[in-house]
Amino acid sequence: MTEAEIVAVLVHEGDVIREDAPLLEVETDKAQVEIPSPMAGRIEKIHVAPGQTVKVGAVLVTFADSGAGLGADARAEASTATRAGAPAAARPTGPAPVGARAAARPAAPAGPAPVAPAPAAAQGPVAATPATRRLARELGVELRAVRGSGPGGRILDADVRAARAGAATRGASRPTTAAASTSQPTAPAGPAKPLATIGLEPPPLPRFEQWGPVERVPLSHLRRTIAERMALSATLIPHVTHFDRADITDLDAIITRNLEAARAKGVTLTLTGFLLKATALALGRHPQFNASLDPAAGEMILKRYCHLGVAVATERGLIVPVIRDVAAKPMLELARELAALAQRVRDGKTTLDDLRGGTFTITNIGALGGTAAIPIINYPEVAILGVARARLEPVVRQGQIAPRLMLPLTLTFDHRVADGADGARFATEIVSLLEAPERLLSEW
Amino acid sequence: MVMGELVDEVDVAVLGGGPGGYAAAFRCAELGLEAVVVDADGRLGGACLFEGCIPSKALLHVAAVLGEAERAKEFGVDFGEPRISLDPLRKWKQERVVGKLARGLASVAKGKGVEVIGGRGVFEDSSTLRVEHEDAVRKVRFKHAVIATGSRPAGLPGLTLASDRVMDSTAALALPDVPERLLVIGGGYIGLELGTVYATLGSHVTLVEMTAGLLPGVDRDLVQPLQRRVEKLFAALHLQTRVTGLREVEASIEADLEGAGSQRFDRVLVAVGRRAESAGLGLEHTRVRLTERGGFVRVDDRCRTDDPHIFAVGDVTGEPMLAHRASRQGRVAAEILAGRPSAFDNVAIPAVVFTDPEIAWCGLSEAQAKAQGTAVKIAKFQWAASGRAATLGRSDGLTKLLADEATGRLLGVGIVGPGAGELIAEATLAVETAALAEDVATTIHAHPTLSETLMESAEQLLR
Repeated sequence: MTEAEIVAVLVHEGDVIREDAPLLEVETDKAQVEIPSPMAGRIEKIHVAPGQTVKVGAVLVTFADSGAGLGADARAEASTATRAGAPAAARPTGPAPVGARAAARPAAPAGPAPVAPAPAAAQGPVAATPATRRLARELGVELRAVRGSGPGGRILDADVRAARAGAATRGASRPTTAAASTSQPTAPAGPAKPLATIGLEPPPLPRFEQWGPVERVPLSHLRRTIAERMALSATLIPHVTHFDRADITDLDAIITRNLEAARAKGVTLTLTGFLLKATALALGRHPQFNASLDPAAGEMILKRYCHLGVAVATERGLIVPVIRDVAAKPMLELARELAALAQRVRDGKTTLDDLRGGTFTITNIGALGGTAAIPIINYPEVAILGVARARLEPVVRQGQIAPRLMLPLTLTFDHRVADGADGARFATEIVSLLEAPERLLSEW
Repeated sequence: MVMGELVDEVDVAVLGGGPGGYAAAFRCAELGLEAVVVDADGRLGGACLFEGCIPSKALLHVAAVLGEAERAKEFGVDFGEPRISLDPLRKWKQERVVGKLARGLASVAKGKGVEVIGGRGVFEDSSTLRVEHEDAVRKVRFKHAVIATGSRPAGLPGLTLASDRVMDSTAALALPDVPERLLVIGGGYIGLELGTVYATLGSHVTLVEMTAGLLPGVDRDLVQPLQRRVEKLFAALHLQTRVTGLREVEASIEADLEGAGSQRFDRVLVAVGRRAESAGLGLEHTRVRLTERGGFVRVDDRCRTDDPHIFAVGDVTGEPMLAHRASRQGRVAAEILAGRPSAFDNVAIPAVVFTDPEIAWCGLSEAQAKAQGTAVKIAKFQWAASGRAATLGRSDGLTKLLADEATGRLLGVGIVGPGAGELIAEATLAVETAALAEDVATTIHAHPTLSETLMESAEQLLR
């Protein structure tokens, strides 16, 4: 994240506020969030106005008399969810791009920086020669996060390469004790090599005015982000979609039967909760769908954690809040978390932490009808599960036609990391889990 | 037969043929992109070559020769009174210096296959430039454009006077005559450089500066030796003084100087800065956006504007307005266009004031370090202790280094003294490559040279 748009200023100059009181509402490329005050004090000056886009590190508000009796600034932080008492202003690495945002920025997925930040040399220019800085750009390494091993903390080429390699292997290096993998990708032969890159430039638009009047409407921050991400994903990733259907008659009966009992515990059971659980369990056996591809390193990053994103349509556009460690959580807790998250989404109170770190996305368009949809992968993930509306259909069971509740599923995945057969096996695993719901409930 | 509109289709259209524009076009050509330069004067070189850096340095060289000859009396060498003939001087500057370099650039452009289109370029949209030249209109359709229109001299707000006697830097460089009494308005580098030229050629120069010191923003330690010299060279120096009125009176200009009364001058040089050349380019037909202050084209560190098809480099993008910054940005823009991982991420942009003594600096200044709370160690080396300075009869120089207190990394360098403009190159390399004071202190510097002052001051930082 490099910038955010100010949606509303919730305080006035001269106001005396307490620590953690809401200061501003901002819309980042991920969410609309409230920025709480990092300190108590009187607001001397507000430096921003609604509609303005500010860079990370920009001064938002100046306090006149804080607890320490000194003037202090509240700055835009990279993680607005951080509520550290002293706002350690995150420094942007030079001016953030103002134009051509769609231009591919190599290996810079949103989310936490891939390399542990080094506190040293946080100030002043980066201590590296121009040639080393060029190497860092080539490898997509954020130099401010690299600790230099040269004299005076100078960052050497070797440090940049090491940071690159570290970022690529971090996820994979930790051994796992979780579910045994049935379809582990084959081990690479020899050292990793970067994949060739592609660059596409849209051709200029015709002058539509020659055919009739037009109106130009600027995209909202969120719309632009969605546009860029989807274009990136659709351009970069060879998508394959696999169709399947799950018979959820039994699962539906279980949900209906337990609705009241769960409600008594303050939990609403929904199909989505079971979908999350089934997907997480299936991902444990098919880890290449819980992964990212690092083309620059020529490596697959298998994530030994399973945080599932759930695509949610809001008035302002699509957002994807994330439920963490789904595989490990009992059904009831999952349902409770899901309900709380849904409430935050409705209230527009999602935090950045709600929105990042996802490893796989589920999109349920069932509520809005349709028989199937082919979703686009949520980059840098490698697969996404689309769910349409379940319908009672005539199904042949043991020679008899029986009415069964059938749920259409579409699994879209990145053909670079998996083949059709892998996708079929993974989808079959999800279907069989949904069709044998006792396996999902065994833990509760 | 009716002449249709001529339409050229190119990969990259560069608007403006100055150091930023031609660097971008040449680099594009080297990287396999077809580039054209659209220039109002139909030539490469821009303000730098035709009305800035190059002609002023030619004239300052003449001033330096005159100064040296004058100083030679101290060593017992008397050349007598110099006789200055303006015609041969102008011809030398215009043909042997400017003309030669311009022909060189034209032949490089030809060699690289870069076409120069003469005419005023105006954006019709984000992929078309309309080029007007006299009666002809030509269109250039481009995949990308690079705005490199530079800057022009700023006028005196509220004091416009249409008179040949009131000159901007361009007019002063044409050297119309050597006026007996010259008023220079503005104590920045342009006023000081041209004031020096005219004073050495024989004018009585009065310099007026609005702020409390010459070269606002430049380290006072560096300005002080220059100020002492300028006070001797110029007839009068008025600091913290505004010009409140200018009138043409009896073949002269009467100027009202706040606190110094009304005085008459034969010519007036207005040198109060430069403005971005961002108006009248049709930018409203594109998505390019300007900064609120200064009307600069807004760019990021890849020289991209808010319009994905348009880049911008050089003075039109902001301070510091220096040809070498423009040139580096031009190369960055071209490299980004060719898909290379380039960035204008330079740490040190050297700045040189070609006065006598010269002042040059790069990187962090003492005032900036203080303002941003960076803990630095500072070394100052007085040239009185330099053997080379003594042999030149010039001990009024100073070399100043700033290093990070914790790591010893060089963060900024300032130099005042003859040759400072050349000496700053080593300092810029050191700052740009994150060298430590120890690196500079232990590198052998030739003796006896002024470059030793860098080594000596770096040694001070190790103590």
